[in-house]
Order: sequence, then structure tokens, then C-alpha cells
Amino acid sequence: MMNKHPAAVEAEGLKVTRGGRTVLDGLGFTIPHGKITGLLGPSGCGKSTLMRALVGSQAHVTGTLTVLGRPAGHRDLRPRVGYVTQAPSVYTDLTARQNLDYYAAVLGIHRRDRAAQVERALHDVDLTSHADALAGAMSGGQRGRVSLAVALLGEPELLVLDEPTVGLDPVLRRDLWKLFHRLADERGATVLVSSHVMDEAERCHRLLLLRDGRLLADDTPEALRSSTGADTVEEAFLHLVDQAKADESRTEASTAAPTEATPR
Amino acid sequence: MNPSRTLATARRVLRQLSHDPRTIALMLVVPCVLLTLLKYVFDANPRTFDSAGASLLGIFPLVTMFLVTSIATLRERTSGTLERLLTMPLGKADLLVGYALAFGAVAVVQAALATGLTFLALGLDVTGSAWLLLVVALADAFLGTALGLFVSAFAASEFQAVQFLPAVLLPQLLLCGLFVPRGDMQPVLSGISDVLPMSYAVDGMSQVVHHTGVTGDFVRDLAVVAGCAVLALALGAATLRRRTT
Repeated sequence: MMNKHPAAVEAEGLKVTRGGRTVLDGLGFTIPHGKITGLLGPSGCGKSTLMRALVGSQAHVTGTLTVLGRPAGHRDLRPRVGYVTQAPSVYTDLTARQNLDYYAAVLGIHRRDRAAQVERALHDVDLTSHADALAGAMSGGQRGRVSLAVALLGEPELLVLDEPTVGLDPVLRRDLWKLFHRLADERGATVLVSSHVMDEAERCHRLLLLRDGRLLADDTPEALRSSTGADTVEEAFLHLVDQAKADESRTEASTAAPTEATPR
Repeated sequence: MNPSRTLATARRVLRQLSHDPRTIALMLVVPCVLLTLLKYVFDANPRTFDSAGASLLGIFPLVTMFLVTSIATLRERTSGTLERLLTMPLGKADLLVGYALAFGAVAVVQAALATGLTFLALGLDVTGSAWLLLVVALADAFLGTALGLFVSAFAASEFQAVQFLPAVLLPQLLLCGLFVPRGDMQPVLSGISDVLPMSYAVDGMSQVVHHTGVTGDFVRDLAVVAGCAVLALALGAATLRRRTT
């Protein structure tokens, strides 16, 4: 695909504050087109905030954040970016198909193509047999998949998925990861998946490791393992976290007054 | 604003309601039951029923729509569906007008049932036309929807949202002239009642009770109710933010 902008997402000096607290602090990274990028880190490290900044629902974002060649949250991006929040955001008093039908209308998918798109999204998340069940009567995992199906409508170029596999059984998790790969390989979608389960990291093309609002690493899983001499991404992550902690205590000891944090 | 997205939103809200037949039944049946009750409460003086009954025809749609809309919008805010919609190409007006259309449609049915019942079965004696009562009832339902949308922004839970009914609507009910003519109140209260929208909802109804045809006061009352509803919708739109903390 010819593209003027080499990366799907480019961030430079990205900072987010919430209630006076800095949640993301000077992030700089790029997310390549058509690949699966994993966003990993412990709970509360800022993964969801970063995703909200990408889709333009986070307030108080400073620095540059370019998504598909436009500033994040630009109105032109709204039909081009699919977003799945951590908690399933669907109407529990509608069936799966009615949910998808409504969101498809909101996305501006033509009435003619709507039914086919809805069927395809239902098929993608393996919910065809439950299409006419009320979302409120479904299990948590099924409801999560309805929410995921909504994000697949209209073939978005970028998918931002906030912990889509949390709480799912191993079979479903494997199936979803197959779907993510299919979306990237066959439909050319860029996928950003957050997780705090490290074994899922191995299935990504690239990884962003986040801790306390700062980026610990931005690399491929193989490169991360080899640069840290670890066998798994989990080990590599723990190694990087320990190193960061050691660095922090060293800087704290060397600077008498807690002035500005020294950039790494 | 985009008509197809607005209509899709209205259809979605009605579909949600259709999965909840008990709510529909309550919305439609309760006003009729209460009006019948009122008829026999004023068994000894039917004149009082004529004025109070007509006022209540305006107050019921306002109260029902306020309650239903404030809870429905609150759910939209707390369930994450609002955040999701606002990351999509949906205008705020599409959402608000979609809600107003859907609940407006329910209000048409509710007002038609209540007006039909009071006229045909309960023998409400009104100088003006029943159609004018229906028009006022609709304007009142629109106002209730708009106020409900607006106050839902200030409620963090359904418990709080329900409490807005006594907080926002009961004072208006006391001051709207249903119990005591507004001119007979303590002057300060009378002044307050002049700036509350429900007063005009009830005034509009009593214009129909006492006059044939469309009076100037009737038009003014209707305009005030509709104007307040549009204002509340605009304020409601301001509380919908695409970017939140």
C-alpha cells in the first residue's frame, strides 16, 4: 500500500495529565501500518489512557499524536478508527444484531451494505448463532465479543482494542488472536492491543512496554528477548522494570532536591 | 445534524423500549389510572375536575418523559456507549434529537390515550378543542425529555437521577397553579412561578379549558414551553463532551 505517512501512529512528547497527576509522561513511539502492536504493562500504567488519547476521547493531551496522518481525535478519523473499551460498551437491552445494526448506521454504512457488514462482523467474532440474543442475557465473554464486533464494522484502518481477551477461556483467546492476525494480514488493518497477560505479547509483531506512564521499550518480541538475554517477553519485561527501578533510586540519591526528573 | 443517524438513534431507543413491555405499559396506563382516580376524588365538584384534570394532562407527559429520559441518558453515560458513540461520526444533535423523537413518539401515544380517556369516558368539560390539549401535552412531553437529558449530566447513579424528580419537578408542581392560582401566592413565590416552565405548561392547558380557539396567551404559553425545551436541549448538548478526563 502506498502511503505518505510511513506509520499508522506517531507520538512525540505525548503527555496526559488527569486531576493534576501526570498519567503519561513524554511518550515517543511509532506504530507501523498493517501490524499487530501489543501495548503491555501492569494495571494502572496508563494503557487505557493512551488508547483513549489515540481515539480522541481523552482530555488534557499535549505533545504530538498523529493517527493515520491526522491529529488524534480529528473528525475525519472517526469512521476510520475502531475502538473497544475494556468494559463492553453495548446496549444490554438490544440483541447483538440490533446493537450492530445501530452502530453500523451511526458509522454511516449504507443501508444496502449494512446487513452484510453486520453478518460478517458477527461471523468474525463467532456469534452468528447468538445474533438474536439480548446482549444483557449473554455471558461476559459473549458481550465482550459483541463489543468487539462493533469495532470491526466499516473495516476501520486502525483498531484500538483495550484488553479484548481479559477473562476469556484459552480457546476463545486463541481464536481472537487468529482473528487479529487475519485482520492485519488479509485486511491490512493496523491493530493495537493492550494486555497485561505477557504470554499474549509473543503473538504481536511489535511491543510497547509501558510502566508508570513511561515507555520502557518499543521493539519486536525477539529483539526484546535477545537484548535482555531473557527467554520470554515476561522475563524481559521484569528485567526492564527492575532496571528502571534501579535507575530511579540512583537518580533520587544523586539529586538532593526533587527537581525535574532527568530524561532517560 | 444528519437525518439518517438521528432516525437510527430514535429507532434504536424505541427498540430498547420494545424489549421492556412493562415500562411501556407503565408509561401508558399509569396516567390513565390516575386521571380516573382524580375524576372520582372530585366526585362532588366536577368543575374542579375540569381544571385540575386538564392541568394534569399537561403534567403527566412532562413527569413521565423526564423520568424515563434522565435514566436512559444516564445509562448511556455510565455504560460506555456514549463514549463509544462520541468516538464515531455521530453529532451531539443526532443523539439528543434522536432521543427526543423516540420519547416524543411515546408521548404522542400517551397523550392521545389520556386525552381520549378524559374526554370520552370521564366527561372532561373543556371549552376549547381536544386537539389543542394534545398539542400542549406534546410540548410538555418535549420539555420533560429535554429537562431529563439535561439533569442526567449531574447524576452519577440511578439513585441520584431519580432524586432529581422531587428536586426539579415537585417545586414546579407546587408553584404551577394546580393547587392555588399563581396570583394568590405570596408575591415572591408568584414571581418564582413566573420563571418556571411548568407554570406555562399548566397555563396553556387552562387557556384551552376556558377559551374556544387559539388565544394569544395560549401561543405565548406554548412558545415558552417549547423555548425552555430547546434551551434545555442546548444545555444538554453542552454537557456531552467528546474528550473527558
